[in-house]
Amino acid sequence: MAKGVGQTVNTKTVLEIKNVNRVYTDANESTIEALKGVSLDVAEGEFLAIIGESGCGKTTLLRLIAGLDDPDAGEIRLSGERITGTDPGRGYVFQQNSLFPWMTVEKNIASGLIARGVYDREKQEVPEYIRLVGLDGFEQSYPHQISGGMAQRVAIVRALINKPKVLLLDEPLGALDAFTRADLQDKLLELWQKERATMILVTHDVDEAIYLADRIVIMTPRPGKISEIIPVNLGRPRDRGTVDFLDLRRIILGKLHLANARPEPEYVL
Amino acid sequence: MEKHSSSLLVTKGGRYILLSFVTILGFTIAILANRLFPQIADVVIEPYPVGKLFVIDINELYNLVLLGLILLYVVQAVYSYPDEDRRRMFLSRAPFRFAAGAVLAVWDVLGTKLLLLPQPFFPGPARILEAFLAEGDYVLENTLYSLRLFASGFFLGVAAGVGTGILIGWFPKIYYWVYPVLKITGVIPAVAWMPFALTLLPTPFAAATFLIVICAWFPIASTTAQGIASTPKVLFEAARTLGAKTSFLMFRVAIPHAMPQIFTGISIANAFAFTTLVMAEMMGQPGGLGYYINASKVWSAYYKVLAAIVVMAILFSLILWVVGLIQSRVLRWQRGLVKQ
Repeated sequence: MAKGVGQTVNTKTVLEIKNVNRVYTDANESTIEALKGVSLDVAEGEFLAIIGESGCGKTTLLRLIAGLDDPDAGEIRLSGERITGTDPGRGYVFQQNSLFPWMTVEKNIASGLIARGVYDREKQEVPEYIRLVGLDGFEQSYPHQISGGMAQRVAIVRALINKPKVLLLDEPLGALDAFTRADLQDKLLELWQKERATMILVTHDVDEAIYLADRIVIMTPRPGKISEIIPVNLGRPRDRGTVDFLDLRRIILGKLHLANARPEPEYVL
Repeated sequence: MEKHSSSLLVTKGGRYILLSFVTILGFTIAILANRLFPQIADVVIEPYPVGKLFVIDINELYNLVLLGLILLYVVQAVYSYPDEDRRRMFLSRAPFRFAAGAVLAVWDVLGTKLLLLPQPFFPGPARILEAFLAEGDYVLENTLYSLRLFASGFFLGVAAGVGTGILIGWFPKIYYWVYPVLKITGVIPAVAWMPFALTLLPTPFAAATFLIVICAWFPIASTTAQGIASTPKVLFEAARTLGAKTSFLMFRVAIPHAMPQIFTGISIANAFAFTTLVMAEMMGQPGGLGYYINASKVWSAYYKVLAAIVVMAILFSLILWVVGLIQSRVLRWQRGLVKQ
């Protein structure tokens, strides 16, 4: 099946993850291998989804890419440069409650510009991004005055205003209701096509992964590693009801089931 | 904050005017009681010259003050009329204000006209005003001394408290070494240091300032430290992924997060500071309302003691009101987020 609109056929690797290990020590002094020997290449402009049950290390991997955490072994390179620490070139969207409660919607979106010291030069971008996610009229609202879906829109454009090479999305729609989630999935695709940023989405929603991603990475826990990478060869815009879509879902659910090797799969639909 | 919408609580039209009248009725009764009740007890009512043109006695001044209150409430009634919330607020205070006027009337009759209350401890309300007529300049001078002492001590205390609180909350090393000291010394009432302060500091003013500084310092430092230390990790991480440096993390994340607790500390410190101020003034200051109370007590001039207490009540309420205004401005992002 041909690749659909909004995708540039691009095989240039922007992000290289090589043999990354990350070990935690828990309260009982026992070690947990959150990631073991994880290697992954992400192409420029790609929309990648990472899926797997809780504890499989998907969020750990995302935090390592963001530079919020450091690998114990291996390395991660963005455009050839080894990642150390955080950088506005690697945006991060948290699951929820990451907006600054004392800043208005406008100030929250501008906070990246303020943090980088370029607010005076680039503040004209703020209203553009507000319009882009349809938050006109809510500029002066505080985060507690807007809905969860609106808050996540703010969190997404707050990261995008820095023009990141990679946008890391840590279950950004996980806490939203089904309607808001579907709406924001379309918004994410729109932003992805417009901004041409590479996006890496961690999710536990198989439909969401198939609907959004070019490739789906399936991870398994104990130790956290990549079990399989599945390309999604469906044209865009995608229809959640087509036979191809449902086939792919069945395949991925089956793999998750096998991968988890549990009698009761987590993903019963 | 529930809103009543039942028709029993109509706050418009005739009912509003009637209840507004109740608000000022108490004070009107107080004026009438003062004017019409015969002066039975043998008390000298002296006239005092005010400026070069006027001569006024305490009863006239008392009536003027009551009249002023009545005018104030009439203006407030008119001002509140267009807005329903303001109307409700105004009316909800009507019974209290009526009672306040009635109490003044009874007090006046018992304390001045009949002299049934034990003297000189319970002078009538008009008698208290005599302190302002007889030595208004002196009361003002002492009030300004108190205000100056409070301002210098309190501002320094807030600055010191917020400063150390931020350091304690931010740097674990400083927390380790300083916080226990803060916890132990924080429970000691500041006036306990008075002997040291008076001996070691060059002037009594500096000594009292020092006492107010340390009494304000401790509560503000500890609540500030808690506010900084309890900042959710996700906010720091979000800021870091947005490109934030340390200054952003401190001044735009940690300190704004600590602001509600900083204001909690400031209100605690405010109450401590009033107490310390008056105690310090009563124990070795050349001026101030506390000094004035002490000096008047020696002459059994209890009406002056009460006058000083009235001034304190007004002054400290004004200070709390100003702090409250600043607080609601700084914390406006919290409006609707917390139950107030």
